[in-house]
Order: sequence, then C-alpha cells, then structure tokens
Amino acid sequence: MIKEVFNKPLKWSAMKTLIFKEIDDLIIGSLGIVAFISFFVGGVVAIQTALNLTNPLIPKYLIGFATRQSVILEFAPTFISIIMAGKMGSFITSSIGTMRVTEQIDALEVMGVNSLNYLVFPKIIALLLYPFVIGISMFLGILGGWMAGVYGGFTSSDEFIMGLQTDFIPFHIVYAFIKTMVFAIILATIPSYHGYYMKGGALEVGKASTVSFVWSSVAIILSNYILTQLLLSK
Amino acid sequence: MIEIKNIEKSFGDTKVLKGISCVFETGKTNLIIGQSGSGKTVLLKSLLGIHTPEVGTISFDGRIYSELSADEKRALRTEIGMVFQGSALFDSMTVEENVGFPLKMFTKQTPKEIQERVDFVLKRVNLVDAHKKKPSEISGGMQKRVAIARAIVNNPKYLFCDEPNSGLDPKTAIVIDNLIKEITEEYNITTVVNTHDMNSVMEIGEKIIFLKEGILAWEGTKKEIFKTDNEAIVDFVYSSNLFKKIRKAQNKGDH
Repeated sequence: MIKEVFNKPLKWSAMKTLIFKEIDDLIIGSLGIVAFISFFVGGVVAIQTALNLTNPLIPKYLIGFATRQSVILEFAPTFISIIMAGKMGSFITSSIGTMRVTEQIDALEVMGVNSLNYLVFPKIIALLLYPFVIGISMFLGILGGWMAGVYGGFTSSDEFIMGLQTDFIPFHIVYAFIKTMVFAIILATIPSYHGYYMKGGALEVGKASTVSFVWSSVAIILSNYILTQLLLSK
Repeated sequence: MIEIKNIEKSFGDTKVLKGISCVFETGKTNLIIGQSGSGKTVLLKSLLGIHTPEVGTISFDGRIYSELSADEKRALRTEIGMVFQGSALFDSMTVEENVGFPLKMFTKQTPKEIQERVDFVLKRVNLVDAHKKKPSEISGGMQKRVAIARAIVNNPKYLFCDEPNSGLDPKTAIVIDNLIKEITEEYNITTVVNTHDMNSVMEIGEKIIFLKEGILAWEGTKKEIFKTDNEAIVDFVYSSNLFKKIRKAQNKGDH
C-alpha cells in the first residue's frame, strides 16, 4: 500500500489541485471547531486551577503556568488530535469508503489511475500542515485561559503572563510538534486504510468510520505514551 | 478482438469461472448473459484486470494481459472504456469534469481542446444541458449517458458495460442500449456488455455467450437464441411469459 501511495503521480497539475482541495477540506475546514474547543478548554483549565489554589502561600502565577503546561504538552497536540480522529478521520474513511462501494475506485483503476496515490497521497501532504492547526490551538487555549483568569477575577494579567514565562522549556514546544507530526501521519493513513479496504455497502461505510476512529485514537494514545517516554524522560 | 482461453477463477473454495474460452469480436456488441451468480461480473472484472484468473489467458488484439509489464498494463487500460452498473461517476465533480477526467489525466490536450471534446461527446449521448450539474442532481438515465460519454471520450478500443440499463425504465433502457450499439459501430470498437435483461439481448445482442454456474453453456446470435434446443438457455430465456409467446410465434412462422 505504502509503495503505491508514494508512486509518482500521473499528472502533477491534477495532484496539485487535489492537494489544495484536501487542505481546504481537512485543514481549513477544521479551524473553526479547533478554535472553539481550544479557547474554552483553555479557559476551563485556568478556572479549575484557580479554584484549586486554596492555599494562600501558593502564588497566583501558577494559573498561567498550569494553563501553559496543560495546553502545550497535552491538550493541543493529543486531545485535539483525538477530536480530529473523529472529525477528519471519519470524513476520510467515509469519503474513500463511499467511493469504494459505489465503484468509483474501480473506475479509477480501470482507467489506469493509481487510486491509492490519487486518493491518499494528497491527504498525507495536506496533513503536513496539521502542526499549523495545533499551533493555533495552543495560542487560543492560552488566550482562553488568560481571558478566563483575568476577566473572571482569578488572577491579574501580569501574574498570568509571569506564570506563562516561569520555567519555560523551549524543548516542550519541539516535543509537542514532533508528536503532532506523528499524529498527522496517523490521521491520514489509518482512516484512509479503513476506507480503501472496506467491503460491503452503506452500513459498512458507517462501521468502517467508527472502527477507523477507534484505531486512530488507540494509535494516538499509544504513540503519545511512547514519544513522551522517549523524548521527555531522563 | 478479445480472446479468452480457458480461464478459471476461484474465491476460497468456490470456483466461479470453470474454464471459459470465447472470442469477442471487434465492431460488434458482445453480450455476456446468465442468471445472478453465474459468474458474469467475475468474467467482466477478469477482462478489466480487477480480478486475476488463476488459469488461462486473456488477450487484447494479441496482447496477453498477464504477460504485460505494469506500464504496458496501464497503457492498455487507457484503451478501455467502462460503464459501471451504478455509473460510478465521481461525486465531487460536475458532469463535464467527469467526462473530461480521462483526457485531463492521460492526454496533453489544452483545457480548450478538452472542453471541445467533452461538448462533442455529451452532445453525442444527447446530453446538452447538464454540463455544470453534479451526478446527484441528474436522473439515473442521464447518469448512464454521462458514464457512456466518459467511457468513450478518450476513443477507447474496448468498451465494457456492466448491466448498463439496470434500474432504468424500459424506454430509457432501450435508448441506452441503442446508444451502446451505435457507438460500437460508429467507432468500430470491441464492446462487451454484461446483462441479464432479455430486452437488451433482443436490441443489441450480436454475439451472445451464456454462462451457467461458471461454465460457458451456450454461444450464438440473437436469432439463434430462439431456435436453440439447448436446455440451459431455453430455461433462462423463457422464464418470462413474454418470451415464451415470442418463441411460440417464431416457431409457428418457421413451419
């Protein structure tokens, strides 16, 4: 499968059009929901942290610190990816699966088009921009935390920003984006596999979407654990 | 001309094609008929290279498919036009994008040349007002015409049709049948139609092969089909009361 996906495309001009279409469907089309979830979850993280700081000896800047760590290390890369396994993953599986059951993939093959390359390669290339989505999620998560903390009266803006800067380790950003790239490959390949090799009719398209979501999530959680162990443990 | 020699195809323990040999002639509408489960679709998909037979050969004007390199197979496939049972039009494309797709992928024609060719074939299949519509916005009969237009747009040498008039009303079915026959004669291509519709057999069947349980049980022309004493084909054809009456009338005329 992998060899066929990365074969030279029949026509680069057609492939370019497909890549832009996939960027629009998968990346641009996900920005709204990612922005919404990130902003409010960032806010909730800040409020939850503030409400649990009952000891007056614990400084308030911890709210900013906790928001930054939660959002950058786990929420944006991992949990947004699991949500995207549901959104992008089911879209990929159902669109390819529908093409399978309606013989559109057979039609491509009969014409002499390498269907794996035509359908899967543009998705993989489009998802190379996935870190851009996660970058926006990180920014909006922290912004949401700042707004909830400051306008909710839990901390001052200076304290929150001080918390954001405290003990900042730049490698955490690198770690988050390494994870994101691995998750992007999972998001492009596992749903494509389940769509391409599905058998049956419309009901099976739905089942394949569910199965692809489950396996993508499992792969994301496991690779998250392995990458964290490899990259962060000393 | 397509020549099939002794092909066999199994799925697990079930042998679906059991040593079929026949010739599909150029410039003629060749029909594969038989009951559901007789192996028609497997034979057609074997001809298309979607299934690989375990035994036997399929040759396209002397080119044995199993002996071709991957590039040669791909080149041969550009000479094939296929009309699928459900039309298999690309949902995300308009009618004209669907029809122009093979030209865009396999030729170096300019967008203007592609547009002219697309307009020509859509006119040829009597579809002039649907260029910008999506497949979901047109009727089943129109979808079949678009599928035929897409199949012939790149001047194929071989045209395959899988149940081309299934799900269509009798009047539209006749229009589609006649269109296939006209195109076959006009472009002198080798057309193979997979059907179990006896009306199609009567309309366009110049050469007919009848499959029963994976075996070629009979072959002949549409005229011969009414005179044969082959039990298998008589049983298949005259399962309909209408055709029983036609046979009776024909036999009366002969005597």
